[in-house]
Formats: sequence, structure tokens, C-alpha cells
Amino acid sequence: MLKGTPFHPRTSRLCQAQNWRRWAGFLAASSYELTHEREYHAIRSSAALIDVSPLYKYLIRGSDAERYLNRLLTRNVEKCAIHQVIYGPWCDEAGKVIDDGTLQRLGEDSFRLTSGESNLRWLLDNANGLRVTVEDDSYSTAALALQGPSSRDILAAVTDLNLDELKFFRLAFSRIGGVPVTISRTGYTGDLGYEIWVQAPHALQLWDLLLEGGRPYGITPTGLLALDIARVEAGLLLIGVDYVPTTRAIVESRKSSPFELGLGWTVRLEKNFIGREYLLEEWRRGSTWAFKGIEIDWLSLEQVYGEYGLPPQLPSTAWRMSVPVYAQGRQVGYATSGCWSPTLKKYVALAHLRTPFAKQDSRVEMEITVEHQRKRAQGRVVELPFFDPERKRT
Amino acid sequence: MMAARTGYDVVIIGGGHNGLVNAAYLAKAGRRVLVLERRDRVGGSAVTEEVFPGFKFSVLSYVVSLLRPEIIRDLELPKHGLEILPLESTFTPTPDGDYLVRWADHDLTRRELYRHSPRDADAYDDFGKLMYHLAFAVKPILGIVPPDPTSRSPRDMLAFLRLGKHFRDLGGEQMHALYKLMTMSSADYLDEWFECEPLKATMSASGIIGTFLGPRSPGTAYVLLHHYMGEIDGAFRAWGFAKGGTGAISEAIASAARRHGAEIRTQAPVMRVIVKHGRATGVALESGEEIYARKVVSAVDPKVTFLGLLEPQELPEDFLHAIRRYKIRGSSGKVNLALDELPSFTCKPGFGPHLRGAISISPNINYLERAYDDAKYGDFSRQPYMDIVIPSLIDPGMAPPGKHVMSIFVQYAPFALKGGWNAEKREAFGDTVLDTLAQFAPNIKNIVLHRQVVTPWEMQEEYGLTEGNIFHGELALHQLFFLRPAAPWSDYRTPLKGLYQCGSGTHPGGGICGASGRLAALTMLKD
Ligand SMILES: Cc1cc2nc3c(=O)[nH]c(=O)nc-3n(C[C@H](O)[C@H](O)[C@H](O)COP(=O)(O)OP(=O)(O)OC[C@H]3O[C@@H](n4cnc5c(N)ncnc54)[C@H](O)[C@@H]3O)c2cc1C
Repeated sequence: MLKGTPFHPRTSRLCQAQNWRRWAGFLAASSYELTHEREYHAIRSSAALIDVSPLYKYLIRGSDAERYLNRLLTRNVEKCAIHQVIYGPWCDEAGKVIDDGTLQRLGEDSFRLTSGESNLRWLLDNANGLRVTVEDDSYSTAALALQGPSSRDILAAVTDLNLDELKFFRLAFSRIGGVPVTISRTGYTGDLGYEIWVQAPHALQLWDLLLEGGRPYGITPTGLLALDIARVEAGLLLIGVDYVPTTRAIVESRKSSPFELGLGWTVRLEKNFIGREYLLEEWRRGSTWAFKGIEIDWLSLEQVYGEYGLPPQLPSTAWRMSVPVYAQGRQVGYATSGCWSPTLKKYVALAHLRTPFAKQDSRVEMEITVEHQRKRAQGRVVELPFFDPERKRT
Repeated sequence: MMAARTGYDVVIIGGGHNGLVNAAYLAKAGRRVLVLERRDRVGGSAVTEEVFPGFKFSVLSYVVSLLRPEIIRDLELPKHGLEILPLESTFTPTPDGDYLVRWADHDLTRRELYRHSPRDADAYDDFGKLMYHLAFAVKPILGIVPPDPTSRSPRDMLAFLRLGKHFRDLGGEQMHALYKLMTMSSADYLDEWFECEPLKATMSASGIIGTFLGPRSPGTAYVLLHHYMGEIDGAFRAWGFAKGGTGAISEAIASAARRHGAEIRTQAPVMRVIVKHGRATGVALESGEEIYARKVVSAVDPKVTFLGLLEPQELPEDFLHAIRRYKIRGSSGKVNLALDELPSFTCKPGFGPHLRGAISISPNINYLERAYDDAKYGDFSRQPYMDIVIPSLIDPGMAPPGKHVMSIFVQYAPFALKGGWNAEKREAFGDTVLDTLAQFAPNIKNIVLHRQVVTPWEMQEEYGLTEGNIFHGELALHQLFFLRPAAPWSDYRTPLKGLYQCGSGTHPGGGICGASGRLAALTMLKD
């Protein structure tokens, strides 16, 4: 049996669909209701409550913690203020991405790093000889993402935190009905939202308090199908889907550098970190690949489907597979995730493209299968994210 | 007398959603456009108002059904704030203490139908498939300027050929079904398929909304198709709630129009169209101000346009005659409630997902037909048909935290009420609505904090809808396509040079659809 998260006693009762996905060896609800639509719209129009406990979480402490992390991450950790959160990848010696995640600075010498894959061995190896301890906190800390335009109102109703002061990518310590929590203004939806970190034994109490306090604001337990659409709209990478972590890549060509994943903005070449030399070299030379958004033209879809007497039939969930992308008659890349965006009313995909074809508004074609036939739909390259509401930051 | 203004290419009378769509398309094409709206806000029948502090209502129209995807795309409405949320179920309580719910989930719906009639559970899928086919065939009509069947012009003849080809693709069975839909009553048509009364009644209700007809009146079956047209646009979520109420749709369109340079003025009631040398050259406001433009478009209903804003001698007699006979009988009312808590239905007590969708008081066909009987003889229905939604359950921002708003669309409330409408009758109508609802949800009267009753009289006086007709004229077959509002003036032009029409009184007609505004703009850009 797979493990349930600390919220499982609640989530399993709510999960009408009995539709679970695996996430880091845990059971995670795909959707609670029979269809995920309402859960998706909760993310964008009210508030969604998502169990994100399966994330790997590491507590990193010690007087060398900052120096240590600065050596691992491409971001400049010295610039990360206390109670700030930063996002970025970490690389192997060759500058290829091992994983990506958020780093919370809980205090001067104490951090929490989250990631999609297990990184303990690598973290421990690199800590060798430094005054730093790395503790796998994955099981003892549970986490909920509260995401959506009403998330702030809900937190205001259940905590006495001054939420106007909790800025984007900052964190605060607080209590929710007596339960001690860390609240970070972060998330994986590209919307206004928070993540709430709690000791596992308090998990159920926290769940109940949030659901109760959030009811007047339309809080909606939400599964991964809805989250997946939101994160594609937000142009956020999913490890193992949009890129292969170096630890899993069996051939060299599967690995990607941060530049190739659209994470160039996280790479601080002026400091020293693992993989820097190769990345400096890549930066000078220019990258072969870029990671961009593709917007498919609706009229092109209508035409392709129209050949078969059909209106466009698009998947209601996000897909994750490799789909060829063409330009000027030849393949110039591949899309790795895509969905119909209910908010933007556009069919969008995240794609790896050869740099010369990755400029904003470049015309591309993406393969679609209609009535068992491979067809190509017209589209254009756009910068990510597709969706970036002001409320996320303000 | 104030100074006259000039310099506009187009002035649009009425800032309902169609007027705004028209403005946006024209402005996008580079025209200098001015929209003049009588009320203090845009939207017309697609409007959100905070009627009681903290409680926001889609005062009139309440769900989105046919908003054209091409308009959403062309005007980039999502960028301007348009968000459509799912309306997932339809719940019909019945007087025997039972109910029927159609859910978003196919299996759940099937199981529920099976409980009432195993035969209907099967028929429902077959019916859906047939209707989908027909809707797919008919839908293109929503996107074309109606050709004139009497014309010998190549444009008209080609358009008919193209339409004909489309219909030839339908099989024999489908062709017959289409013919039946155009001629039968919704009750008779549905009788051929189903036996479950709440199912038939709830489905047939879509055929009577906005008409002065009952479910047994011929011609009501056709409107059933509209529901399925929405489904074809499924990806665009043509059916649902607009976040922020239907006014948010109008606001999004207005924002797109402004972005393209259109000017929009509220509290600017137009008194008449200025005609010089047989040509519309501008408008005169009630304030006395005169505004000139190369073209004038009316987005208000045909009666107001041709009988109210123009003098009879400015239009040909046969046209005036047709407009006078144009049927625009109002038959609907609206009751908007601010609620302290949620209603609880006897047949399904407490909160449940059934409250998040539509709640239909349409237990059987006889119930609807009786409701119509009252109206035929000048009364409002003693037991009205009601289509209810609780938007705050889907969009909590519509009410203060923990409170709710309820929108009740009611039929029949004839404009031509015996003795006429007054405040007393309006409230009596409101009481009847609550009494009827209380038969199914007994707690309703105890949880009402505020109530707003809108009768066809208010729709006419406050919202400018002649006789309170919600569609600017009934959606009956004799008033559709090349007959809307009157042949041959269905191509958005009018007998008066320089004057165009773009409201719901033109093809393809009422509903938050926008097609009239768009097609009119495309026509104008050609002239
Ligand atoms: C009670 C009710 C419920 C409805 N429910 C639905 C529904 O759920 N779904 C749906 O799709 N449709 C519904 N409808 C129909 C739909 O709302 C209308 O068909 C549509 O909104 C009409 O849009 P329009 O732009 O053509 O006209 P209108 O919205 O009527 O706009 C005309 C505008 O012109 C203005 N005006 C009038 N006279 C003047 C003047 N002299 N000078 C300047 N301005 C003037 C008016 O104030 C108004 O703003 C409903 C309508 C009503 C009344």
C-alpha cells in the first residue's frame, strides 16, 4: 500500500472520485469531485486547498548554512533575507539541473528547502566538512497550499497575522486556532496564494480549521488534475515531466541546463556554485534549447477538426507527454505539457525549442492527433507565463 | 441649446452588451466610436448591481449561454476580466417529495434518471446525440448575416446555397427531427422521447423562456436546440456563470472597446435620431445636446428604435407596419433575494452540491401549462415556473462572507397584467414567488434579508425593454433569421440611410450572445 499523507483521514473521506495519483510514494487525490472543473475554478476564482505534503522538505541549519546553500543553488542565497523565500534549481558539476524548489530562510542560520525528488544523499555529501546539519523533514512536516483570490481573506479570518505585510515570496510564523504554523506566500498555481507548513501531528486540526473558516469564502479541497492546469497556465516546470533530473537521465541528451529550462534568471554567474563553469561557458556560447510557451490558433484547430466534420475536441485535463513541434517543415522541438486554459480560453503548451525558433511570435506547428491521424495545428511562440494576474504579487 | 459635437464615425444608442460589442469591433477597425447609454452604467440586461449593501445581483440575465467564442477571441475578453464559471447541475424538486438532478457527471445523471425511468436513462443519451448533430448543423446560422430569400443578388443566393449544403449533410432522420423541432411544441417533441415528467418539464422550460407561449404551444421545441449549441462551444464554457455577475461580461466588453479607443458615455439618454435629407446624421440627447456622426446604430429594441426615436414620416409605411406588429410581449419577472443562510429543500435537506447548479421549479408539463393559463387571461401565475440559481455558492464575492444571493427567474408575469402593474401588485407577485418556493424549501421565508422584485413594468421603465420583453422581441420562428425584426431589413441595415440596428431584436436574437453587435459591425464596415 502507498502511504497516505497526514491529511489522509480527511482527504480520503472527501475523495468521491476515488481517483488517486502517486506523488513521491504518497497517495494524492487527482480530484475530490467526479470532475475536476470546479476545483480548477476554485484556484482562479475563490480558494483551493491542496495537500502538498508529499513534497520533499529538508531543514538545513548551522553557521555555514548560508555558505553551503549558496554553493548548491544557482540563486544568490546571501541576498535571501530572513523570512524570505527564493525559488531556483540546483545543478550537477556539468551545470545540468538536478532538481528545483523553494528555499525558505527561517532564520539567520536556518532554512527549509523543498523539492520534487529526494535529494538527501546529495545534500549530505555536499555538507561534508561544513558546520551544517541536513535533516529530512519530509514526514514530520505536512503542508497545505491555499491558493486563489480569496486565500488572503480566509487567512485573515483564521489568523491574526497582518497579511498586508506578508509580501510575495515572504513567510511568517503564526497560529491558526492554536496550531503553530509557518505561512509562506508561495505556491504552484501562479495565483494569489499561500503554503502552510505544520507539524504532522497537528495536520488534521489545521485541515478542519481551514475548511471551517474558509467555507464562507468558497474554500474547495482540490486535487492534482486542477493544479496541473493551473501550473501550466503559470508556466511552472514539473520535474520528471518538463525535464528529466540528471539523477534519472540515462543518456546525456536528456539533461537540461537552467538556461535551457527558462531559468536563466536564477543563475547568478557572479558567485561560485556547483556547475558554474559550464554555465558560464553556455552563457557565453548561447544555449541550444529554450523553454517557451506555445499558443495554438483556434482557427487552425477548427480547420483540422473540421476536415473530419468535428468541432475541436480538446482534453479537459492537462496532458504530459512529448509532442513534436515543427517550424519551416522540420521538427524544431517538442512540447512536454499542455492544456486547454479555461481562464485564457486558449490551447497552450510548454515546449523545448531550438533557440533560433524560440523568439516571441515565431510561427510553429504542433502535432495533434485527430481521428487517429497525425495532424499539425498552427501556433505561435510566447513568453511564459501564459497567465500572470496582478493579485499574485499585490 | 448646447453646442453640437461632430467628428464621430459612428454613434451607438444603448450600451447593452450588443452595443458594446458593436463599438469594440468598429473601434478595433479604426473607427471613431461613441456609445451613449441612458443608465448610470453599461450592460443593459447584462448588468450587476449592488442592490443591497454587500449583496450583488445579476439583476436581470443571470447565466451565460451563447456568448460567441469568436467574440471572446477577437476582443480578448479573458484579458479584460471575463471569467466563466461552471454551472454544473439542474435540480428539479417535485411535489411528491422526490426530485430529479442532472449532474455534470454522466454516470451520476444516468443513475438518477434510471431511478425515475430506466427507459429514459437510455433515451437521454440518444437524444443528446441527435440534438448535438442538429445543433452542429444549425449553429453556423448564428455567425452569418441573414440572406434575403426573395433577393436575386449573388450574395444572397450564394449564402442560401451554402446553408443548403450544410443541411444536406444531415441524414434523413436528422432532417426530419429538425423539421419537427421547427414545428412542434416542446412538450409534444419531448413526449416522443421521454416519460419522466420532471425531466420533460425542465427541458421544455428552455423553450418557453422569454416567450408568451406555453410548453404545449407549437414552435417552442426549436429553442431546445440552443442548449446544445452551447455544448458545442463546450471548451469555451459557453454555459455558466460569469464571475462578478453578468454585468462583468458587459464590463469586459466595455473595457475591450475602450482599449480600442471607443468612447462610452453613461447617463446620456438619446431622445431622437436626427434625420437630414433622408439620412440619419446623428442623435439628440434628452439634455438637448446634439451629436453628429457618419453612421448611427441603435442597440435598443426595434420598437424603441423605429417607433420611439424616429418620426413616422421618416420610415416607409410597410416597414412601420411590420414593426408595429412585431411581437414583444413580456412574460417574465425576476426576484432577487439576499439570504442570511442557504435554503433547505424538503426532498434533499441541508447543503449539498445540488444547490450549486440551477434549481428548476418545473415538476411536470401540466404545472408549466397551468402557469401559462393564468397569464393568457392577464394574471401572473399563481404557481409560476422558476429558474433559480445561488451565484454566491459559485462566486462567493457576490455576497458578504457566509451570506448568499439568490436569483429567481419567474414565468409568467405578463406585461399586460389585468389592471396594470403597480407597487402593490409587484409585491403580491413577489409573495407568490416566495409562497411557491416555500412549498419546496420551507425555510425560505425565514432567511430572506432583502428582496428585489422586478416585473416587466420595471424592465420597461428602468431597463428600456419594451413591454419588458427580455429578448427585444419573442424568439418565435416567424421572428427569426431573415424575418428579424422585419424582412428584408434583417441585415442590420434599416430603411433609413445611415441608420443601423444591432440589438437583440436583430438576428440571431436575444440572450447574452453578442452576435448581433458583431455581425452589424461587420456589415457596417463593408458599407
Ligand atoms: C429578466 C431577464 C433575464 C434574462 N436571462 C438571461 C440569461 O440568463 N441568459 C441569457 O443569455 N440571456 C438572458 N436574458 C436576455 C439577455 O439579457 C438579453 O437578450 C441581452 O442582454 C440583450 O442585450 P442587448 O445589448 O441586445 O440589449 P440591452 O441589454 O437591452 O441593452 C440596451 C441598452 O440600451 C439602453 N437604452 C435604452 N434606451 C436608450 C436611449 N433612449 N438612449 C440611450 N440608451 C438607451 C438601455 O439602458 C440598455 O443598456 C435575460 C433578460 C432579462 C430581462
